[in-house]
Amino acid sequence: MYNLLTGPGLWLSIGICLVGLFVRGVLYVKGLNWQLDRVAYTAHPKAGIKGALRSIFFWILPFGTRSWRTQPFMTVLFFVFHIGAVCIPLFLYAHNMMFQEKLGFSFVSMNQTVADMMSWGVIMSAIFLAIRRLVLPEVRILSTPYDYLILFLSAAPFITGLICRYEIGDYSFFLIVHIIFGEILLISIPFTKLSHILLFFLSRAQIGMDFGIKRGGMKGKGMAW
Amino acid sequence: MSEGTLCNKIPIQTDEALKILLSDTGGKQYYQEMKSLDVDTRLLWETIGKTCKSRIHTWLKICAHCGMCADSCFLYRINDQDPKQVPAYKIQSTLGEIIRRKGKVDNAFMMMAMETAWAKCTCCNRCGLYCPHGIDVGIMMGYLRGLLYQQGFVPWELKIGAGMHRVYHAQMDVTDDDFTETFIWMAEEYEEDYPGLTVPVDKVGADIMYTVNAREVKHYPEDLAEAAILFHLAGEDWTVPSKGWEQTSLAMFAGDWAACKIQVESVYDAMERLKPKRMIGTECGHAHRATVVEGPYWAGRKDGLPPAESIHYVEWLAEALRTGKLKIDPKKRIKEPVTLQDSCNYVRNHGLKNITREIMSYIVEPGYFIDMAPNREHNYCCGGGGGFNGIGLYREQRNKALITKRDQILDTGAKLVIAPCHNCWDAIRDLEEEYSIGIRWSFLKPLLIGMVEIPEHLKPKE
Repeated sequence: MYNLLTGPGLWLSIGICLVGLFVRGVLYVKGLNWQLDRVAYTAHPKAGIKGALRSIFFWILPFGTRSWRTQPFMTVLFFVFHIGAVCIPLFLYAHNMMFQEKLGFSFVSMNQTVADMMSWGVIMSAIFLAIRRLVLPEVRILSTPYDYLILFLSAAPFITGLICRYEIGDYSFFLIVHIIFGEILLISIPFTKLSHILLFFLSRAQIGMDFGIKRGGMKGKGMAW
Repeated sequence: MSEGTLCNKIPIQTDEALKILLSDTGGKQYYQEMKSLDVDTRLLWETIGKTCKSRIHTWLKICAHCGMCADSCFLYRINDQDPKQVPAYKIQSTLGEIIRRKGKVDNAFMMMAMETAWAKCTCCNRCGLYCPHGIDVGIMMGYLRGLLYQQGFVPWELKIGAGMHRVYHAQMDVTDDDFTETFIWMAEEYEEDYPGLTVPVDKVGADIMYTVNAREVKHYPEDLAEAAILFHLAGEDWTVPSKGWEQTSLAMFAGDWAACKIQVESVYDAMERLKPKRMIGTECGHAHRATVVEGPYWAGRKDGLPPAESIHYVEWLAEALRTGKLKIDPKKRIKEPVTLQDSCNYVRNHGLKNITREIMSYIVEPGYFIDMAPNREHNYCCGGGGGFNGIGLYREQRNKALITKRDQILDTGAKLVIAPCHNCWDAIRDLEEEYSIGIRWSFLKPLLIGMVEIPEHLKPKE
């Protein structure tokens, strides 16, 4: 079972994730329309690129925008969650050992204490994000079962990962469960809202080009995000 | 298909149709007929298929439902933080739902969507600055308005407004002759005080082609005189086109994209005909957005730019003061607490944020200018943008919406509010009428007339 999941299963899920995201990206860019979107994307490349980069940069910077600064609680949850969600899958020592063995390459591995903190961070922020959905009326009205499912799909590999990390219960069983959750997550990325892994950057670039080209970017320093 | 005689899917195309619709005071019969107006669900779904491409589609799909847009919306804040006023909810429950149902929505749904699109959003675009994904609900509401307009679900005044543009190429029943005659007449009125004051009509190759808001012609002709006087004193080589002089677009508020194209092309034709170095529009926010920012796209101009360089009045004024074309008498500068309204349509849609502050630095005695908080691109809508001011059906909601601006002004302690935008100017006038907070409000032109120095050679001879 372990060999199946970390062999063909891993290849397949990573493959579906990457190919799926590639297709999503191509479809997104192909579907942009200068006249319908009312943005002259290609006519002013310099202003467009500048606007796109500014729009991404300030938003991936913790407290880099007015929106992040005015909602500090959400900002902390957001960044703790996302930093862990990006770093743990790629830079955890145990993952890199497996990558080396199964895929023939590996990334840099992070310190185990940092990894532990990040994993706990992801779980704690996921819990608070769920509570936030339940408690705040302005978020509750928007929340659907799908939103909770996405949150669960994202957090499940971390919960099971920590169970393995601390060797609670039957290690080999939880390791299998962990891998299954991880692979479900990978496969669901291109087909769900999790596609924002890529579409966040494209969408931010798009609105950045809108502001950079059309909505004042060529008039001064650009939008004070 | 149930279609009303007044409320239907057909745009107003003739003066006769305009007069008939106008005679239905307050849209009484119009709204009555709307209650039984059928939804052409096939047309709705076909239109979405053709026009809802990856940008809006992705926005609707990846919205994380995080609610970070809630607090950015002044209508959410002023309506006791009603969750139904959260921008993401407003668009998901209307446009999002239409798409989920593949266009199969009924009359009641469309009536709800109409109220959401015109009474719960002024298309101020502020939420777009607060969403991590960069989702701009204002843009989507504009798109939704287009779908609603196509189906005949549009507030009475805006159906008329869009029709005016189709019939008169102006937002009101002001003809080309009315325009030139009024402008020339106003200049004549002031010729004694400003010898040589004229209004050059249709001059080819002038430095400036000036465009206006039709209501200046109809209701505020003084504004035309002031514009002429300031160009005259600045020694500008300027002209007005006898056709294509109207910069505004109620069609944009209505979501009548075909009328938007008709309107903006009339101005671009004037630019092509008169070949001015620059076009300058009056102190109006949405007019600038319609003609300079969005217009090139309606007209199919791939570079996204009008045929001639086009700037807002505040840009010209700042330049004239900076270069000394207009000189302010230091003794006449504003010496009382004064604040400034940023128009969403040029601050969040064209980046004109510092240029107005530059003007303040010339015309206000240091220490007297107080900015509202928040300001610049983070400023709140006046409360009446996006057509909200003009819709009788939603007057109550609009009046409540004014409270945000009222409180922002009160917090500055200023008694004078400078509003270089017709819509903002109206909203601030209305908030004073509604809430009596003891303020005055003004465009820049009348203030400038009172403080510019008249060059010796332009003074009247005794």
